[in-house]
Amino acid sequence: MTQPVLTARGLVKRYGRVTALDNADFDLMPGEILAVIGDNGAGKSTLIKALCGAVTPDEGEIRLDGQVMQFSNPMEARNAGIETVYQNLALSPALSISDNMFLGREIRKPGPLGQWFRMLDRNAMEKRAREKLTELGLMTIQNIGQAVETLSGGQRQGVAVARAAAFGSKVVIMDEPTAALGVKESRRVLELILDVKRRGLPIVLISHNMPHVFEVADRIHVHRLGRRLCVINPKDYTMSDAVAFMTGAKEPPREAVAA
Amino acid sequence: MSQPQEFEKVLSGSATNVAHFEEKRSFLHRLQHFLHSNPAMVPLIVLVALIVFFGLARGERFFSAYTLTLIMQQVAVVGILAAAQTLVVLTAGIDLSIGVIMVFAFVIMGNAVVSYGLWAIIALALGFIVAGACGLLNGFLVARVKLPPFIVTLGTWNIIMAIVLIYSANETMREADLTAATPWLHIFGMSFKLGGAVVTLGVVAMIALYFVLWYMLNYTAFGRHIYAVGDDPDAAQLAGIQTSKVLIATYTLAGLIAGLAAWVSIGRNGSISPSTVVTDFNLQAITAAVIGGISLFGGRGSILGTLFGALIVGVMSMGLNMMNADPQWKVLLTGVLIIAAVSVDQWIRKVSG
Repeated sequence: MTQPVLTARGLVKRYGRVTALDNADFDLMPGEILAVIGDNGAGKSTLIKALCGAVTPDEGEIRLDGQVMQFSNPMEARNAGIETVYQNLALSPALSISDNMFLGREIRKPGPLGQWFRMLDRNAMEKRAREKLTELGLMTIQNIGQAVETLSGGQRQGVAVARAAAFGSKVVIMDEPTAALGVKESRRVLELILDVKRRGLPIVLISHNMPHVFEVADRIHVHRLGRRLCVINPKDYTMSDAVAFMTGAKEPPREAVAA
Repeated sequence: MSQPQEFEKVLSGSATNVAHFEEKRSFLHRLQHFLHSNPAMVPLIVLVALIVFFGLARGERFFSAYTLTLIMQQVAVVGILAAAQTLVVLTAGIDLSIGVIMVFAFVIMGNAVVSYGLWAIIALALGFIVAGACGLLNGFLVARVKLPPFIVTLGTWNIIMAIVLIYSANETMREADLTAATPWLHIFGMSFKLGGAVVTLGVVAMIALYFVLWYMLNYTAFGRHIYAVGDDPDAAQLAGIQTSKVLIATYTLAGLIAGLAAWVSIGRNGSISPSTVVTDFNLQAITAAVIGGISLFGGRGSILGTLFGALIVGVMSMGLNMMNADPQWKVLLTGVLIIAAVSVDQWIRKVSG
């Protein structure tokens, strides 16, 4: 049996008297798209934040490739190879596309210029940014130096996904990537997600959009009341089943709970 | 290619060009885009227009190397403070204490030489350390205690002003006493001639500082992080920037630059007067930055714009003076320019789409 890439066991996170995570478990297998669904307040964002380092859980352990991880900020998770595309994209609107892609991990010029004058290697960064965007078929974006705020919503999403794909070596987490997009742009982003999967990177997809989830996910993690309720295969269940599990209208099947 | 869902079937017939840019644009639209990517252009155009205007109105008397370099000498101190202010404003902050930090620094420098008889180098170092420490305090309160920058620096402005007056007993140090002790404090008052131009080392320091900061902001990671933090702090944090470290470093650097302004100011004024603590240097610095197109909402503007902004105020002041206008006209026009600059900034921001 293949080992999961990313696992979590018994995660607990309390905010004052509210328990956002109540012994939550999580498993991500290599090369898969795992969708995480749950009603509002089920704790899925807290689960994701724990996995990407934005929140430190009170109890429980997270393992990446079998190694126990303790993330105290998103930077540490990133350094470990977990990239996240946040719902608000975490892009700086006034900075250029290439500045944004390399924000926080800029490339410096080789030699004394870089070492003593800390000079950035603009050309190298722009070249790599262009390569990444071309790989993902996003080069309809003409000018890599243009500010992100001059891009459309779908293009911004594309830049954020390209950034994650460029640097994510183990896992890419996407939080509601299609929430703010129109039909056509959503389609483009779903293709991007499948493109990233084809590169062999496993993806955690958080979404409220059931058609999108059922279309691209290999497995669906249903989160309810702060813990994992079950994991289902989208081929075996319908969307209304999934929603029913989410809301508690229907008991999950026994074998799915064990998974 | 993933399987389209039922309702998406018609999409294949629609335009596939996601990132299509409309080529035909009105002149105004293109101007907006141009200014968006070159934020220092507006103040530069205003500056050149003003110089041309006063040059035509007053001819040789105004449009001479001597007058133009005299303007530079007059704006050097405020120009340096405005550079410090620009860094803070780019992080979406504001530093009301920058002027009194400068006064604090030169009072310390002077006292160390005259009253304590310390070496000039130690006196200068003390001045810089105190100025840097004041900036560090601002940065700590903004970044770690998470207080609004306006409130923090409003507080430190008053605190430092009071400390300066208590510490110095409001006694002016005469130039003769200072120069008797050391020539080093007045080094930036020294000048050399280039044709008709008289350039003080203070002016050279200002221009060198702008060049260094321009390089830092555009070609180093730290500079890019200052923009990112001011633009959207949450996004910057999530992108992996340690925003509080950037903020603390920025406020500290602003304090150190105020220390440089203190040194230059001693060279320009000769004597050291603690009563200048009531001068509105902080507001003059903010004025230069705003006229220079630095957005008070953070993350936008070029530091070269601030230099042009400081020069605009200097040129207006000198030009109106030469035309024997009431000095209040300068104040009035500065106010008009501030409002105009902010309006232009708002317009440029609407560029997206």
